[in-house]
Amino acid sequence: MSSSRRLLYAVAAPVIALVVTLAITSIVILISGANPLDAYRNMIEYSTRLRGVASIVNQAVPLFIAGVAVAIGFQMNLFNIGVEGQYRLAGLIAAWAGAQVAWPAVFHVTFIIAVAMIVGALWAGIAGVLKVTRNVNEVISTIMLNQIAFGVGLWLFNDYLKLEGGTNLAAQTEEIPSTGWMPSADWLFEIFGLDMPGGRSAIYGFLIVAIALGALYWVTLMRTRFGYDLRASGLNPNAALTSGVNPKRMVIVTMLLSGAVAGLIGLPSLMGNTHFYDEAFPAGLGFDGIAVALLGQYHPVGMAVGALLFGFLDYSSGGLQLAGIEPEVVAIMKGTIMLCAVIAYTVVRRLAAAAEVQEAARRLEHDRPGRPSRAAPAGAPA
Amino acid sequence: MSVSSVPPATGPVIPGSVEPIDDIYRRLMRERWFPVAVLLVAFLVLVILAEQFDAIALTAPGTFRQMLILGSPILLAGLGGLYCERAGIVNIGLEGMMILGTWASAWGGMHWGPWAGLAFGIAGGAVGGLLHAIATVGFGVDHIVSGVAINILAPGITRYLSSKTFAEEGGSISTSPSVKGEATDVTLPFLSGGDLFGWKTPDILGWIERQDWFYISDVAGALRGMTTDIPLLVVLAIALVPFTAWLLWRTAFGLRLRSAGENPFAADSLGVPVYRFQTIACLASGGCAGFGGALLVLETTGNYKEGQVAGRGFIGLAALIFGNWRPTGVLAGSGLFGYAEGLARRDLDGQSVRGLVLFLAICALVGVAILIARRNVRAAGITAMLAGLMIVWFVATDEIPEELVFITAPVLTLVVLVVAGRSLRPPRYDGFVWRKGESD
Repeated sequence: MSSSRRLLYAVAAPVIALVVTLAITSIVILISGANPLDAYRNMIEYSTRLRGVASIVNQAVPLFIAGVAVAIGFQMNLFNIGVEGQYRLAGLIAAWAGAQVAWPAVFHVTFIIAVAMIVGALWAGIAGVLKVTRNVNEVISTIMLNQIAFGVGLWLFNDYLKLEGGTNLAAQTEEIPSTGWMPSADWLFEIFGLDMPGGRSAIYGFLIVAIALGALYWVTLMRTRFGYDLRASGLNPNAALTSGVNPKRMVIVTMLLSGAVAGLIGLPSLMGNTHFYDEAFPAGLGFDGIAVALLGQYHPVGMAVGALLFGFLDYSSGGLQLAGIEPEVVAIMKGTIMLCAVIAYTVVRRLAAAAEVQEAARRLEHDRPGRPSRAAPAGAPA
Repeated sequence: MSVSSVPPATGPVIPGSVEPIDDIYRRLMRERWFPVAVLLVAFLVLVILAEQFDAIALTAPGTFRQMLILGSPILLAGLGGLYCERAGIVNIGLEGMMILGTWASAWGGMHWGPWAGLAFGIAGGAVGGLLHAIATVGFGVDHIVSGVAINILAPGITRYLSSKTFAEEGGSISTSPSVKGEATDVTLPFLSGGDLFGWKTPDILGWIERQDWFYISDVAGALRGMTTDIPLLVVLAIALVPFTAWLLWRTAFGLRLRSAGENPFAADSLGVPVYRFQTIACLASGGCAGFGGALLVLETTGNYKEGQVAGRGFIGLAALIFGNWRPTGVLAGSGLFGYAEGLARRDLDGQSVRGLVLFLAICALVGVAILIARRNVRAAGITAMLAGLMIVWFVATDEIPEELVFITAPVLTLVVLVVAGRSLRPPRYDGFVWRKGESD
């Protein structure tokens, strides 16, 4: 397949999904008795102010990390549905552990990140161990581990980790000392002469971690022996096995990595904004991360676009509200776009495969002996 | 529920070692009275534990009534999963379908009463099932992916719909007004003193319970708890178990539906319209899940509350796996999970839940004995370790926190998968994206 056609196939699906989603949302908005075009204009105007951009980036950062966590598993056909439980448990324990020490900033920040990654990795590792030792399907085990993580997290929080005797009515863990805070990444935007809002809307320092993570993910996957083994195991486990890849080891390592990255999801807001864990700790990012990974088809750039799109939708609901439209329309848009995208990707992939088969057949026809072989027609690969 | 009895192949069979025990076990499992006997013995253990540790909730009639009420939404989700997976479509969208069911049921119920609530709940869940069918059967999308999408979409839809309806009709965006009228409760006549055409029948079980005979009075109490003031909808839900068993295993329709899950290629070559059966299965699955959502609304809260499903769709999936993809197994699983939840709600000092831990440890030890007899040393070792952990936990704590009771279902499911994973038999082509005319 020519690269231009490949690009067409890659872009076609998300575009179709976006168009269908806009069509469905427009109908919903029309039923609500408003003008869809007004609604969309409001959403965009509301979000393109600097404060809006900052908020969208901040929402996109954890979503992107969640997408990477899911994508690592996907690369070898491991469906880590347990990202949700992994990051919530990791966030709770990291928040508590971070408040127990007061070290110089570099060590403190590293410590919190390490705790979160270790907790996430261990929790996901259970599913990996169960898969290789007892052949338990990872989808089922991670679903169960999610439920267990919620229960265990609630118990740890209520009985051990929450702050006792606080004056606040709302239960929370002790605040992390300021050495364990992640400095804002506003400077990254200020380089370009932008006057960032700062304060509560300051860009999370984790933006840089997320970008580095995306790059690391792609380089590891495409440029290292391990990444090659990982992709090979996903594409053809038997071929990978015969070429010397230990499939059991790959499953465990992949789950550990996926869980370690999942552990980071709760940290951008924890270390950049709230500095403690309470009931308002973000939930649902693990499942949204699956949506982001699927939207971006496990490519870092695609997932970044997907995460920004979800961040935009979340924030721009405020614009809908100003226009007198229920902001909940956005929740429908998120679900619809994911469902449409997976359908569109499946259909486009099937069409592409069919086209490839057709092309191969046509070439065979040309190369058949007894016929003068002609030069390949224009557009076909050399 | 039968258990696949092929032991791991370990060379030639030594006469007089594995086979007789396995034989007895297999013959017992086939007997109709055997499950009843197991239940009675298990209950005896519970009675003794309740007396020893002053944990009255373990055998209180109210716990068993709660077991039915709290277990039936899980049961319905599990049955929903059963229809779908028997036709080869994995459904992790049950959670989302239940959420759609809760909303629709509350909306129907607040306008036209509980029966409309039931009908709307089933229809709401079926809409989710239809989405799943369009994605997986229509377009060949991966089943897990479609399920995740439905779980993300459903709360969005209900939140939007609530803002258009409940928020303008006296509720709010996260809660609906109460359902109009009361759903019917029924009591079994003669045994539990229910009314029969306005005549108050004798309460035989209640009388036995009051005699305070060891064990017998407790059994009578538990039975009375399960037959007194039980919502009619719960009775309907439980009646779906024999109905499903009959429909799927005793009719041509069921055979064809299951053939789509066991081997769609063979089914197709014999002329079974696989797509049509898978679509029907998805709709039935969504309908069951929606029924489960309706039960939550009509029998536990009386209105729609955002987030009230709280993972019950996933627990239904756990019951399905725990029950080895069989209707009676799903019933047993959801009964156990409902019992644990009912116990936690009635248990004020944590003693009964502590008793439950010891009870499960005893069950695990029995399991160890069976596994050793069947020469499955590895599984026996794992089970013994778990039993040991539970006993240590029992000894080390004075009271078990309520939060941990709700992990009973997922933990037990994982244990079953770890210990008896080999004996579980999901449909052969469960989760396989089958496309007509494409090769394997």
